[in-house]
Amino acid sequence: MSSDLHFCTITDLSAQLAAKELSATDLMSAVIARTRAVEPRVHAFNSCDEANALTQAAASDARRDDGQSLGPLDGIPIALKDVIAVTGQPLTASSKMLEDFVSPYDATVTTKLKNAGAVLWGRANCDEFAMGSSTENSAFGPTGNPWDVTRVPGGSSGGSAAALAAGEAIAALGSDTGGSIRQPAALCGVVGLKPTYGLVSRYGLIAYASSLDQIGPFARTVEDAAIVLGAIAGHDERDSTSFKTDIPNYRAELATRRGPWKLGIPKEYFAEGLDPEIGAAVEKAIAFYKSQGCEIREVSLPHTQYCLDTYYIIATAEASSNLARYDGIRYGHRSKNAKDVVDLYFQSRAEGFGAEVKRRLILGTYVLSSGYYDAYYLRAQKVRTLIRRDFLNAYREVDALITPTSPIPAFKIGEKSDPLAMYLCDIYTIGVNLAGLPAISVPCGFTKSNLPIGVQLIGQPFQEANLLAIAHAYERAHEWSAKTPNL
Amino acid sequence: MNYEAVIGLEVHVQVKTRSKIFTRVATGYGHEPNTLTDPVVLALPGALPVMNKAALDAIIKAGLLLGCEIAPVCKWDRKQYFYPDSPKNYQISQYDQPMCLGGTVEIELPGSARNIMGEHKKIPLTRIHLEEDVGKLNHGATDSLVDYNRAGTPLMEIVSDPAMHTAEEAYAYLTSIRATMIYGGISDCDMEKGQLRCDANISIRPVGETRLGTKVELKNLNSISFVRDGIAHEIERQIALVERGGTIVQETRDYDGMAGTSQSLRSKEEAHDYRYFPDPDLMPVKVDAAWKSRIQAECPELPFVKQRRFFEQYQLPYSLTSVLVWDRELADFFEEAAKLSGKPQPVGNWIANDLLRELGTAGLGLAESKVRPANLAALVRMVESGAVLGHAAKEIFVAMFATGGDPAAIAEQLGLKSAPTDAGELEQWCRDSIAANARALAEFKAGKDSAINAFKGSVMKAAKGKVNPKLVDETLRRLLAAS
Repeated sequence: MSSDLHFCTITDLSAQLAAKELSATDLMSAVIARTRAVEPRVHAFNSCDEANALTQAAASDARRDDGQSLGPLDGIPIALKDVIAVTGQPLTASSKMLEDFVSPYDATVTTKLKNAGAVLWGRANCDEFAMGSSTENSAFGPTGNPWDVTRVPGGSSGGSAAALAAGEAIAALGSDTGGSIRQPAALCGVVGLKPTYGLVSRYGLIAYASSLDQIGPFARTVEDAAIVLGAIAGHDERDSTSFKTDIPNYRAELATRRGPWKLGIPKEYFAEGLDPEIGAAVEKAIAFYKSQGCEIREVSLPHTQYCLDTYYIIATAEASSNLARYDGIRYGHRSKNAKDVVDLYFQSRAEGFGAEVKRRLILGTYVLSSGYYDAYYLRAQKVRTLIRRDFLNAYREVDALITPTSPIPAFKIGEKSDPLAMYLCDIYTIGVNLAGLPAISVPCGFTKSNLPIGVQLIGQPFQEANLLAIAHAYERAHEWSAKTPNL
Repeated sequence: MNYEAVIGLEVHVQVKTRSKIFTRVATGYGHEPNTLTDPVVLALPGALPVMNKAALDAIIKAGLLLGCEIAPVCKWDRKQYFYPDSPKNYQISQYDQPMCLGGTVEIELPGSARNIMGEHKKIPLTRIHLEEDVGKLNHGATDSLVDYNRAGTPLMEIVSDPAMHTAEEAYAYLTSIRATMIYGGISDCDMEKGQLRCDANISIRPVGETRLGTKVELKNLNSISFVRDGIAHEIERQIALVERGGTIVQETRDYDGMAGTSQSLRSKEEAHDYRYFPDPDLMPVKVDAAWKSRIQAECPELPFVKQRRFFEQYQLPYSLTSVLVWDRELADFFEEAAKLSGKPQPVGNWIANDLLRELGTAGLGLAESKVRPANLAALVRMVESGAVLGHAAKEIFVAMFATGGDPAAIAEQLGLKSAPTDAGELEQWCRDSIAANARALAEFKAGKDSAINAFKGSVMKAAKGKVNPKLVDETLRRLLAAS
């Protein structure tokens, strides 16, 4: 592990904080210094409130001095994707539409992190309204991948992943609708977990596609991810889609669940389009599990080929509805050129939304239109059921699935101008969202050009403890997470 | 040619819940603009709806009261359109699976006279669904303001079949729905506060034709009499138009109740595509048999059923029942007093004539009445037993209405108690009276029974009115028979 504070894990830092070898204020100051140093090149954040973070850190120190520490996250700087509401802080969704919007309320995950003593730090850049796979769709400019700032960090939660990889935060929250946590985690060389749909409250998360969105952690290690997940998971009466289930101590469970497990390799995920270096790295990871006594089986997810189409119908349909509220009437960008109320809608939305958002809103509006609903939306929902069934069938034979996270490593900023080429970045992650399953991306190597590679483990519904334990078993035996980028 | 109108009504009823349908903020009317709001009501980024169970209870109750089939699952859809009063630019509503299907609304048409019961009909319902109300726009000279206090108030839409044919039927239908909702405690249905709103779909066709004509939707029928007048006006307009050789176009018209005119708002071509789809933020909610029977147990007897029972059980005339049954509290008041006194008809008369008059004069509601059922029952018993006389009882009632309390004590206080207890004194007055009226005595002896009234008059005068007329009658007859 790095000796730099800003590259330490929650596990290490919380031990140092508890032993009073370190103060939260010193830690925050170190992270601020690091951020100042690298942010001009990385641009992980849309905004960060240093004074506010130092105040939170001081409060954490005061608690600890009083013997009132709130646990392992007390005093840990955590970045939040700029789609998660924090009272009194900007909430932009990286959109011109919300450029000046300040949230008057906390998301449930925000409240939970505050209750755990975390120092909320930085509004992480992302694709506008979480629509994209590269963070290039941000209205406030792209984020650079800390391993090569001329490349993208992935997306849509690219700012969260980059902030963590660059040492500008100790952990981060992102949201994952089609791979938006796992893909940037893979491209930035960090751990990214997308929980089961319903495990983490969506209240206060700017909605992109309600039936797919899920908040989850970015962390340096699986253990850190387990700590953050434990803090944010749980039923919330403000979110009807949040699930009533007991939340285990994910961190403690890591030690008790030791396998061996039965792992499935979905054959459809190793077809053409997969970068050979990534394929090789994932094969090595599979070989590792085999060497540990795990049974590896090929499984089939026969409807995989329909995932992308299904996703782009359901996600855009929901988005077209969810984003209707951004109309310039109550808050957000209001055009100065409007002649009347209808024109106000047209102008405000034309000026406030970027190209990719508009593309998806138009697509979503189309598929819900009278006469097209049955052919598109209704059919997509049926296919979605089949896709979920594929996974559940596979889970009769295996405990988890192992796949690449992304078919390609980080690509150059501006390289993918064709939206369809960009959509293909999510082919291994999208099915998981459609099926509502938990999945984690864990670093599993580097390309020859020193770009991180991630392996994805897909778990059973609400079996995050198992999934984390499987990932942890791999991680413990490898040193990938100890590597830090040269910035 | 003779024409027949076909009318269907869409009635919106605000459900009386403490908090809004998808968040904890209070519902209310007449508050400072935009004070009954929160992130959910204002559709702030990230806010999510959570269903208010009380609103679902209310629509299940409405459905059970009106004999609807209750859906086994409550499912929510988004109805999408842009308008500044709609914070999300979609309304959470129920599209293809309304909470209630079928059912009927019983109506009574006006009788040939006020005291004669009119014809009863059952108007079939298509559906009832639950949705959220929108905010309110206030248009100024140069700008428009929007108040979201109303937004998110639970709203039921009750849709009838196109099964009514006259403005009177529509009027009776709305009256019946209002009474049902008030009875069920579902809504106060105050039209001035927008708690009950009505749109009408109206078409005409030649009598005998079975196909429906082109319908016109009439909006802004914002009082019950405007509903009647607006529909009557629209029927006349359509008939006149067709008679002139014109064609009715499918459109939405705005009725101006004050002017008694309507004008076109939009034609069919401008109709919305609402792009309904299931709301992914809200899980479907199962409504099982236990839930339904819990609500069924809370369902009150409806006015027409009560009226038929009052005919049978209390032998009340139509004119009295039609006063008593439309107000649930009044009907309960009546039943309690009727049971305590054992005299339903006089109790009914007292309520219909005296109590309602005094309440009206004082501007009070029944709940504020100091006369309670037990007091009225006591007064009725006093009159029946002859303990007080009719005109004295009226005075006692007025005093009792003002101060409350036991009528016997009030009678004592006011010196209005009847009956000289001294039988000898009464007998003496009677003897004196007979002695002083030789002519009446002769007439009585000759068989003219009404001649007895002449004696009664002077006895009453002597007794200063405080005597039980029954006793006077008995005494006189006894003495007359003996004389």
